[in-house]
This record gives sequence, C-alpha cells and structure tokens, in this order.
Amino acid sequence: MTDKPTQTKESMGVDPYERNWMIVSIFILVLFFGLVTAAGFALGIQVPDAEVRVDPQTLEDSGPFANPGLREIAPGEYEAYVISRQFLFQPRELVVPVGSTVTIYVTAPDVQHGFKIQNTNINMQIVPGQVSKLTYTFEEIGEFPYICTEYCGLGHAAMFGTVQVVEELEEEEEGGSDE
Amino acid sequence: MTISAERTGYQVTPEDKKFIGWHIFVAIASLLVGSLFGPLQALEFSGLDLYQYIAPLLENYYQGLTIHGVLNALVWTTFFIVGFTYLTTVKGLGRSLATPRLNRFGFWTMVVGVFTTAVPLLIGEATVLFTFYPPLKASWAFYLGLTLVVVGSWIEGWGFILTFRAWRKDNPGVRSPFIAFAGVINTVMWQIATLGVAVLILTMLLPWSLGIIEATDPQLARTYFWFTGHPLVYFWLLPAYLSWYGMLPKQAGGKLFSDSLARLAFWLFLLLSIPVGFHHQFVDPGVPSGWKFIHAGLTYGVFFPSMLTAFTVIASLEYSAKQNGGKGVFGWMKALPWRDASVTAQLLAGILFFFGGIGGIVNASYNINTVIHNTTWVPGHFHLTVASAVTLSFMGISFWLVPHLTGKKLHSPKLALAQAWVWFVGMLIFSNAMHVLGLLGAPRRTPLGQAPYVPEEWSGHLLRVSIGGTILFISVLMYVYLMWKTMRGPKADPEDVPDIPVAESIRDPQLTPAWLDNFKPWMIATIALILIAYGPQLIDQIGNIQLNSPGISP
Repeated sequence: MTDKPTQTKESMGVDPYERNWMIVSIFILVLFFGLVTAAGFALGIQVPDAEVRVDPQTLEDSGPFANPGLREIAPGEYEAYVISRQFLFQPRELVVPVGSTVTIYVTAPDVQHGFKIQNTNINMQIVPGQVSKLTYTFEEIGEFPYICTEYCGLGHAAMFGTVQVVEELEEEEEGGSDE
Repeated sequence: MTISAERTGYQVTPEDKKFIGWHIFVAIASLLVGSLFGPLQALEFSGLDLYQYIAPLLENYYQGLTIHGVLNALVWTTFFIVGFTYLTTVKGLGRSLATPRLNRFGFWTMVVGVFTTAVPLLIGEATVLFTFYPPLKASWAFYLGLTLVVVGSWIEGWGFILTFRAWRKDNPGVRSPFIAFAGVINTVMWQIATLGVAVLILTMLLPWSLGIIEATDPQLARTYFWFTGHPLVYFWLLPAYLSWYGMLPKQAGGKLFSDSLARLAFWLFLLLSIPVGFHHQFVDPGVPSGWKFIHAGLTYGVFFPSMLTAFTVIASLEYSAKQNGGKGVFGWMKALPWRDASVTAQLLAGILFFFGGIGGIVNASYNINTVIHNTTWVPGHFHLTVASAVTLSFMGISFWLVPHLTGKKLHSPKLALAQAWVWFVGMLIFSNAMHVLGLLGAPRRTPLGQAPYVPEEWSGHLLRVSIGGTILFISVLMYVYLMWKTMRGPKADPEDVPDIPVAESIRDPQLTPAWLDNFKPWMIATIALILIAYGPQLIDQIGNIQLNSPGISP
C-alpha cells in the first residue's frame, strides 16, 4: 500500500485491498444472517413472541395463573404456569417425565424478573403485564434449575426453582408441587 | 512521548482549555468513585463480601453495582465525550465556539444533574441499577438528575452543531475537517437517540415517582429505554473511533488511510445505531418476534461500518509504521511507537475491542442470543467495549489531553505505559471469565457468592473474575494517580507540552465526494429508517399502553 497517484477528481478512492475487504465483510454478514435465519425458521429455534397481556394486580384472582403449576394437556405434553415474584417462583418445582414437551408460561405480579432454565434454550424476560411463553422438550433425565436472571430486589440472588426430569411420574408428583 | 511539540494550526484558547479541563476533571473523579465498587463486586464472586464491612455507608451489592454503572458507564463517559467533542470542534474548525455561554449553561446543568442523582444513590433510594427498569422504583431525584445530565449534554451539543454550521457558512465547498465532522455526527446521533429515554422519564417515570400517576407500563418502558440504550454504546464508542481514525495515525507518525471511507463509516453509524434496539429485547414477551428479527438484521448492518473501521484504522497504522521503517506483512507492527503510552493504550483498547466485536455478533444473533441473554457474558462483553475500547482509549487520549490542557508534562510516561498494560491484562482475565460463566448460565447482576444454585464447577471462573477485577482496580488507581500528579505538577516548558495530534489523510480530503460531507441526505435516511424500524411498534405499544404496574421501591 503506497501513496496514491495525484488525483484531481472527486471519488471514493477505494484501495483494491479495501474493496476486497468490504466484499468479504458483506459476505460474512449475509452468511451469518442466513445461518441464524435457518436456525430460526427451518430448525424452529425461536425467541419469545408477543403473547397475551394480563393485569398484574388481578392475575392471581382468576385464570390460569390463579393456580400456578403443571397441567398435562395430552400424553407427553404439558403446560406450566409459573409466577415469578419477589423472591421465589411458584411453583418451586416442576416434575415431568423424560421426553415431555412443556410449554411454559411465566408472568410477574410485582417487578421484572428473568426466567432461565439452565442447559436449555429457555431464557425469558419476565415483565409485569405480559406473559412470556416458550416450549421445550426435555430429553434428558436430571435436575434443571430455573433461575431469576434479572435484578428484582434485595433477595434476587436467592430466587430459583427446579425442573425435575424423571423416568416416570409417581402419583403424588403429578402436576408438580406448589408451596 | 513522541508527540511533536511543534505548534501547528489553530491553538485552543486558554479559556476553552480550562473549560474543557473541567469536563475531564468531573469525568475522572466519577471514574474513581464508580470504580471503588468494581472490586467489591468482583471479590463477592469468590465469596468475599466486603459490603458487610462498609455498612451502613453502603448497604448492599446492588447499591454498589448501581453506583458503579451510573458513574462509570454514564457520567465518566458523558463528561469525557462532551469535553473531548468540544476540543475536536474548536480545534478542527479552527475557531472558538459560536455559543460559549450556552455551553457553560449546558455544563453546569450536567453537573447539577450528577449531584441530584448522587444523593438518592448514596442514601439507598435509587438501588435500581443503571437501566432503572420500572416498576422497581427510585426516588424522583434520581430520574430528575439523569434528565439534567442528558439535557445538559443536549445543550452543549447545540453549541457544537451551531459552531459547525457557522463554519460551513464561512467555508462553502470546503470539506469539513474530519475531527470536527466526526464529533458533530456523534452529537447529532445522541440528540436523536436520547429521545427514547427522555420520553420514558418525562411521561412515565418522573410523574410516577412524584405520585402524579399511579403505575407504569414496564414493557413500553423497556422499548423506550432500548431506543436509547443501544445508540448509547455508539455515543461512547464514536469518540474513540474519532481518535483512532483522526488522531492515532498522527501519533504513530503517519496519516489517515482513507478520508472518504472514514466518513462513510461515521454516516453508517448515524444511520444504523438507532433502529436496532429490539436486539436488547430478544427475550422480551411484549415484542413480536418478526420485529425482533428485523432489528437483528439491522444490527448485522452495523457490523459493516465496524469492519470498515477495522480496515481503515489498521491500514493507517500500517502506513504509519512503514513510513517509519516497519517491514513485512505483520512485522510492521513492531515499528509502531509502543513506548508511547497514549498510542499503546489505544492499540490495546483496539485489540480488546476485537474480542468485544466478535462477542457482539453472538449478542446480535436473534436466537443464538438466547444462550447468553441476561448472563454474565453481557457485562463480560461490555467491559470489552465501554470499559476497554472506550475507557482505555479515553485513558490513552488523556495522556496527551490533560498535559495539553494544563500546560504540564505527563507525570510519568513509564507509569502510564504500565497502567495501560495492567488494564489489558486485568481485562483479559476478567472478561474471559465473565464470558465463560455466561456460557455456563451464570446470571448477570447477581451476587454469585451467595446464590444457592451456583455449582462447584463455576468456582475457578468466579475466582478469575475476582483476580481480574482487582487488577483492573489497581490500574484505575494508577491512572487517577497519574492524572492527579500531572495536574498538580509544575508548569512545563511549552516545548514539552504535547500538542493535539490531528492526522492528515493520505489523499486530499477535498477529493472526497461531496455527498460524504452533507448532513441532509443522511439525516433524512436516518429518520426514515427509524420510522420504518420503530414506527409500527411504537404506535402499537403506545396505543395499547396499560399503566397497571404500581411497582415497589427496592
């Protein structure tokens, strides 16, 4: 790269190396975006969408959040309604058999929280007045903590629950426990 | 220092130097106070909770974290940037400001704002972190103080814009000097970008904290916040870019590689900084995923001017090094002035930013973002950007700026060089550990030393956060000591006082196409793109506003 010959007309004056670099940059950009798009729409790895809204001050009076917990809607398919509040999750434990597909609905009556199930693709911001929803299939037996990932007040660090993925449900575990 | 002492071009007036100096003074004082809490947070990760020893002065981790974020990310940056933009405007245009009284008013508005914010922060009435998401409720004074800081920065910005326009009128057809041009673009971008947070505070948070309205809409608040929140990072970054493009080549003994592409990059940052805010809201419930996807695409767009910057800055450095005897494909790097603390700090800042940029692509990537959202990866990332690319560059700039403003010599160039390297090493350790913890699922904003769900396998990384954070704190102390001793030192022989490094471009800037020096088309495009990317969602979210979250004071 050396001094360019004296020019007198206005121009971008793009160096050949620079032009190649720009082409490579655009290529990388398009490639990455293509991969993300493929993961999103072909593989179905999606982010939360705009769901229903609720009134945070009355959500526990009626409707699905009046009874937080797990409900089986079809064989191997569950819905979990979770309330996150200062400084606990209701319920604190969700017990599902391995292979279950669980659609998780979370909201908060007080302030913002986070809901992240470790080692899964479930990661949601919990905003009062909004319902966060994602679906996940638990393919492995084990304990998956769900933790609060947004500062919500002084007890934030203690706020967590657990998904127990078990071989088979015992009768009393049905629906998860609620405190 | 290798900075030439010869005086070239316009000399900034003593009054202006003093006034700019006050900006830098407030900035560094804020950095010092804000950084005091850094090691408290970092050490907590290893289970060493020092907050219990400073109670009741400060009550808890979150209060310290809030002060750390507000002072370091908002006050240190804003004051440094406004002061530095003042300098690049008057130096670049070769004239004093058209509106000196307006700028004094703006500055004092910002100072009053900082003190108004500081009171509730220190007495524990604003422990809401630096994103202050409602419905966690802070004292009204916190919101008012932040408003005054932003409004003060607007007022000072008007001074820069009016001065630029006055220069333009007197110099028709002449390409604007690059350093003035770049500073004014950042100023204009800031004025547009902060409309989001201004609307949030004035229509929702301030009336709510004063009891005029009962409750908030937290989802709409997040959308307003992130309208400002992402361009905020470019507001921090562009002054560092200004230095890398427009000053660093001169310090390295060379020239700017391409004036036209440098300008193109700044225009693209103006165009693309703002309509990308939903990528901070990928996991939000109240935003349709289609809009998140559109913003993901636009965020990838910002990758392009970043790549332009990487090329032009490195090419300028290579050109400079080869002018000074550097040879080889990579060997030229050895010919850069690594003994010059100001240059080295900025080169190290650039290297750290390289890693920050790569991590940033993960953040921008729609569904891949799910892995790291709200984890320690995110503060790990922004300590490479705002706390390295920006802060370490500003430290490097101040190694010539503070001597220049005060007419002193840099207290100890060797200590300055060491300070930059200590920062670099501390940040590599700290930031790497934070990124790894994030991938393992560690939540951000959380005192992990007391969290019950932390598995044993995290402990080594938590310890590295503590070590890295402590090293960074030592570097801050070295920096503040240097600045203090420089400021208090004896007046130097004018020959020994560094001048403002202004890089020429290899090609005459007059050859740069006129459309790269004309605000009008770029402003129209910027506003149009914002309306396209934000308009429908703003209409929808504002139209369906539900003020039903009364909130709680933490």
